[in-house]
Amino acid sequence: MAVGTSMAPYADLRSIPMDVAPYRLSGAVYGAMLNHRSALAVLGDQVGKPPYNAAPKAPVLQIKPRNTFALSGDIIAVPQGVDELEVAANLGLVIGRTACRVTREDALDHVAGYLIVVDVSVPYAGHHRPQIRCKARDGFCPLGPRVTARALAPDPGALRIRTRIDGVLAQAADTAALIRPAAELLAAVTEFMTLRPGDVLAMGAAAPAPRARPGQTVVVEIDGLGALSNRFLGTGS
Amino acid sequence: MKRAKVAYAGAIHEATPHGGGAVRLADGRVVREDALVWLPPFEVGTVIALGLNYAEHAKELALNSQQEPLVFLKGPGTLLGHRGQTRRPRDVSFMHYECELAVVIGRTAANVSRSDALSHVAGYCIANDYAIRDYLENWYRPNLRVKSRDGATALGPWFVDAADVADPNALDLRTFVNGRQTQAGNTSQMIFGVSQLIEYLSAFMTLSAGDVLLTGTPQGVANVAAGDEVACEIEGLGRLVNTIVGDDAFGI
Repeated sequence: MAVGTSMAPYADLRSIPMDVAPYRLSGAVYGAMLNHRSALAVLGDQVGKPPYNAAPKAPVLQIKPRNTFALSGDIIAVPQGVDELEVAANLGLVIGRTACRVTREDALDHVAGYLIVVDVSVPYAGHHRPQIRCKARDGFCPLGPRVTARALAPDPGALRIRTRIDGVLAQAADTAALIRPAAELLAAVTEFMTLRPGDVLAMGAAAPAPRARPGQTVVVEIDGLGALSNRFLGTGS
Repeated sequence: MKRAKVAYAGAIHEATPHGGGAVRLADGRVVREDALVWLPPFEVGTVIALGLNYAEHAKELALNSQQEPLVFLKGPGTLLGHRGQTRRPRDVSFMHYECELAVVIGRTAANVSRSDALSHVAGYCIANDYAIRDYLENWYRPNLRVKSRDGATALGPWFVDAADVADPNALDLRTFVNGRQTQAGNTSQMIFGVSQLIEYLSAFMTLSAGDVLLTGTPQGVANVAAGDEVACEIEGLGRLVNTIVGDDAFGI
């Protein structure tokens, strides 16, 4: 895949091709955190200790705001003073119908399709606070490369997500290991937060996330959904 | 100038104060303010909220104030206008309002210095940023189930031009529940003031027109019940009214 030279931010999500007419991405991108078994496993017995004191009960969610959006081919800026960035590859659900207090049984009927969402972060210690300074930086949420219609996509519960850095496999994760698979996650999220057509809900990434250094190119690929490619560059370069 | 966005007689209008409990629509019609549906008064982009930004409020929650601003984000579905309804689930024990100064960005802000920060502000409004403390968990706290619930962030009634607010760091805030005052403070008590927040945020994320900073709440949060009327006032910005409703209205 070609690597472009444009620098995020302000990727226009309308330029992501949609196999699913007439939906457009709304610009609301939510992400489930700690929803992959490996993400809790790496924390080990810290989960029950301060400051957390217990495993999460409700879905742990983040928001990736509009300044973070980037497309495949965009360059991701590594901030000055930072050696490497975490690259957390997610399966993203694209909502097709207003979803408010949906049941597990009919949850997937509210999904229009799928895309890849890459949650980029400055490495940070601890999950107690929202970490906006590390996670909401310009260009820190590449997504795409297109929306694949649900009917055309493989089973979302049996996908392999591969992250390659400069062509070398850095992580392979399975959506089968999600703690709350798509239907359960949608039911739990829409209990308090209505999702609307075009909203994106990233399902959660495996841990530990691979890290990319300036000059490296990260390609995230999900079976049947395509691949996202982004080059990471230092802000001085 | 104060401007509102209202729905009336089949369309969405810009409205200005008219006096006597009425507003004037841009097309000249004068309408009683309770005959309108009030929407958030500007096109809202990213909603950036501050926690524990008043020292007395932090103490009230038995928390230490931060060395760095405690920032969290809220989704678009949580927004409401003036005279809106906010749901209180029947199984919760502590749901509270938070009267906050909302700062609306007017032009792109990246790496803005404190001294230049206010030139990036288009205007201000009142925010009521509800929280349900029962749902707090210690993961990415405050979590979205507490803070980004449907219809739990009221904005309005007016968008007030920045030029009409001499000093955003010297405004009285008050909240009334069913007419009884429960919360009082002044934006001068913020730990991180408006200019400092814009400098801090724009150092790592580009702010755009329509992005809004909810700058935190002073001490005096109190539990509210279905049927309560909550009114948040900020000096020069108006009075933002909200009503708490129970699950029954939502068929729950």
